[in-house]
Amino acid sequence: MLTIGTGNKAVAAAVKAAKPGVVAAYPITPQTEIVEQLAEYVTTGELESRYIPVESEHSAMAACIGASAGGVRTFTATSSHGLLYMHEMVHWAAGARLPIVMANVNRALGPGWNTWAEHTDAFSQRDTGWLQVFVGTVQEAYDATLMAFKIAEDERVLLPVMVNLDGFTLSHIMQSLETVEIGDFLPAYHLPHAIDTENPCVYGPMTGPADYFRFRWDIERSMRDAKGVIADVEREFAERFGRSYGPTEDYRCEDADVIVVAMGTLGKEAEVAVDRLRDEGIKAGSMRLRWFRPFPDLDLSGREVVVIDRDYSFGFGGVVAHSIRSKTGIVPYSVIAGLGGQEVTYNDIADFVRNRHPGEETWFGVSDHV
Amino acid sequence: MPGGGGAKLSLQMVTNVDERSVNNLSAIPKEEYLYKCTSACAGCSSSLCLRYVLKAAGPDTVLVVPACCTSVIQGIYPGTAMNVPVYNIAFAAAAACASGLSDALSARGKETNVIVYAGDGGTVDIGIQSLSGAFERGTNFLYICYDNEAYGNTGMQRSGSTPLGARTTTTPGGKRTAKKDLDRIVEAHNPPYMATACSAYPLDLYKKVKKALSIEGPKFIHILAPCPPGWRYPTEKTVEMGKLAVKTGTWILYEREFGKLSINGPSKAAMRKPAPLEDYINGQGRFKNLSPEIASEIRQQVERNIQRLSREEAGIC
Amino acid sequence: MYEIRIHSRGGQGGVTAAKLLALAAFRDGKYATACPFYGAERRGAPVVSFVRIDDQPIKIYSQIHEPDLVIVLDTSIMDVVDVLQGLKSGGTVLLNSAHAIAGCNGTCRHVDLTGIALAENLVVAGSPILNTPVLGALAKMDIVTLPSAEQAIREMFADERNVKAAEAAYEELKV
Ligand SMILES: Cc1ncc(C[n+]2csc(CCOP(=O)(O)OP(=O)(O)O)c2C)c(N)n1
Ligand code: SF4
Ligand SMILES: [Mg+2]
Repeated sequence: MLTIGTGNKAVAAAVKAAKPGVVAAYPITPQTEIVEQLAEYVTTGELESRYIPVESEHSAMAACIGASAGGVRTFTATSSHGLLYMHEMVHWAAGARLPIVMANVNRALGPGWNTWAEHTDAFSQRDTGWLQVFVGTVQEAYDATLMAFKIAEDERVLLPVMVNLDGFTLSHIMQSLETVEIGDFLPAYHLPHAIDTENPCVYGPMTGPADYFRFRWDIERSMRDAKGVIADVEREFAERFGRSYGPTEDYRCEDADVIVVAMGTLGKEAEVAVDRLRDEGIKAGSMRLRWFRPFPDLDLSGREVVVIDRDYSFGFGGVVAHSIRSKTGIVPYSVIAGLGGQEVTYNDIADFVRNRHPGEETWFGVSDHV
Repeated sequence: MPGGGGAKLSLQMVTNVDERSVNNLSAIPKEEYLYKCTSACAGCSSSLCLRYVLKAAGPDTVLVVPACCTSVIQGIYPGTAMNVPVYNIAFAAAAACASGLSDALSARGKETNVIVYAGDGGTVDIGIQSLSGAFERGTNFLYICYDNEAYGNTGMQRSGSTPLGARTTTTPGGKRTAKKDLDRIVEAHNPPYMATACSAYPLDLYKKVKKALSIEGPKFIHILAPCPPGWRYPTEKTVEMGKLAVKTGTWILYEREFGKLSINGPSKAAMRKPAPLEDYINGQGRFKNLSPEIASEIRQQVERNIQRLSREEAGIC
Repeated sequence: MYEIRIHSRGGQGGVTAAKLLALAAFRDGKYATACPFYGAERRGAPVVSFVRIDDQPIKIYSQIHEPDLVIVLDTSIMDVVDVLQGLKSGGTVLLNSAHAIAGCNGTCRHVDLTGIALAENLVVAGSPILNTPVLGALAKMDIVTLPSAEQAIREMFADERNVKAAEAAYEELKV
């Protein structure tokens, strides 16, 4: 059905279609609309699911862990401080190999309180073993959420997936949204290690130095396999529903001399900047990085690269800029922009490209840095 | 609860509070520590309460505020409506942060009041662990929970403190479980002083804050703070709503000093002859379309609570 | 692309007006986005919302700095906010007002949305509803068609008085 909706509503609609057995979530701006919409679906009976109104995010993820291990599909949504407050359980969910799907509405961290978009919250969960995808449109929020369940539950993966969307800029914008009849796109939930009294197992017992690393390696092996699974699921999705996605979304990159790499909504805004730059004769392209974990193989050889980081790793640099550098060997021009919802327009992005200095780092809006 | 010696000393200090000086509004100092330029909604009672709390506490006070409406009410950087130091802290962390602050100030030889001003969600839900910890270890501070019975800051989702039957955005069909009894949880920590209050009785609140701050150890005040957008009533009815909560016996004003209960004037009368519960409930959109079963369960809860406290005060156990 | 900035106060329905407008444009077969700018303020504080309408998919997420049309749902805001800031030359202003207001350059239109809402008794928690009548005015200005405006209102509100209010604004606005 073709309609229009917000990023948050799109996520909720996809979750409704995926029919989770348990939703456990806690409100936080700008994610709350997802929780509220799901509570409403459950109340009206549009979604036959248990809605667990937990008292904190730590408990939200813990409840999802219990439910997922107990043998049902589970979903939660959070943002910013909520994601950080559940951090211990975020690690736990991946270590326990549970295919939980979580929407994270990207938002900056306090102090001071700031409810606007930034990617630091998600990146702070980088090493937990979760797959992470970043979306750029309302439609993509819907599609990626649906695909997340299928990818997570694939037996070659069995890892949780975090779907990231920018706070307010995407969570609250109204755009067109086409919902689909999912049919048998999502098979029935099957967790090979679900708790079963017929087959008594102990989960997560004391595991010594001689064994522990094997379980860690097993996570990494699945992360590597996940690349193929993601590609398979995205291909099947395109065949069934006509919308295709990949590890990146490339725009006018074929003949580009300079490529802007950004994530989320800034990655879409960059496409408008590219059109402007092309009008001026600058052969620019845009590569919107969608998957952050597993980190995709990128082909940027022979191009200049401008990376926009809506995040920062203090004492080190922009997380995406450094990831690109270590994965491709290219030394990009690193721009730190959009922190805490800082307004960044396509004109600003075009300026980043015009004024690029590969190897340097610039903080947008800060004039007194070296 | 602090040791026996400290307790005796505190009792003496309690009797030092001059009752006469706080029996009329003119006794309340004119000094403002919360200016009128707040970002609160029209008719917000919790910001009003904060004003009286600070008047009672005076300038040698630090406020600790977890995520809640007060995070916004205090003003947006670089402006502020506050005239005492305010330490904003993460949602779950207020009482623990206050423990550190209180110890640091006393280590520096100061007698500064440390007051947590937290919402019900930050108290009964995500913050209950740090609240319990601070009361058990005897932190010298005053913890105030202003209770608007939902998560106001995020747009009125249920909290553990939302009453049975109330509609919130996460309980669109009405909440199915009862309000968590925060006061009995705090009571189980045996604090030297705890009290309930209501925004419609600012003088009573003022006195209670004064008294609490004169006592050493962990103190607690639970304020019922009606909220027009959350409870869905017209903004000008805020005072009336608070009065009705007390007059119907839904909210009982009392104090507990070293465990001993005394019920305060307005509630004494209300408990003898409570006003009809409908007067309170029917004026609020959040209780629209209550089923007769839920309505009767709410009534029974109110009656049980009145009975429990009356019996306790009368010494019948 | 046609860019619209809506000024209102928190709680007056500016955000919903933006959504309704985007929905109506979408029902006209256009691409449309509506994005409110959420500040930290509460009820009563000035808020802005942005609507973009185009024949192509819209990829811009930043705020609208040079609108084609500025809508002011509460003219008291004009004392504190420069509502005309960045308005394109030849741009239009639509005011919720019973009469014209001096100092508004460019094409300036006005319609008494508050009066229309009160006449239809469209009042929630003491405030008149402005977001549905304004759609009628926008239809009169050919931003969206009247049938799409009415359809959008019906999709979001069950109460037919909202449609009547939009029709009244359509009639009342002079172009
Ligand atoms: C860890 C974490 N989870 C969620 C939030 C979002 N949040 C901020 S305030 C709030 C609700 C506060 O409710 P309450 O304590 O009752 O205070 P009120 O807003 O009603 O004044 C929530 C859910 C947060 N800031 N941090
Ligand atoms: S939501 Fe309620 S408690 Fe919060 S500022 Fe508004 S009136 Fe006050
Ligand atoms: Mg509250």
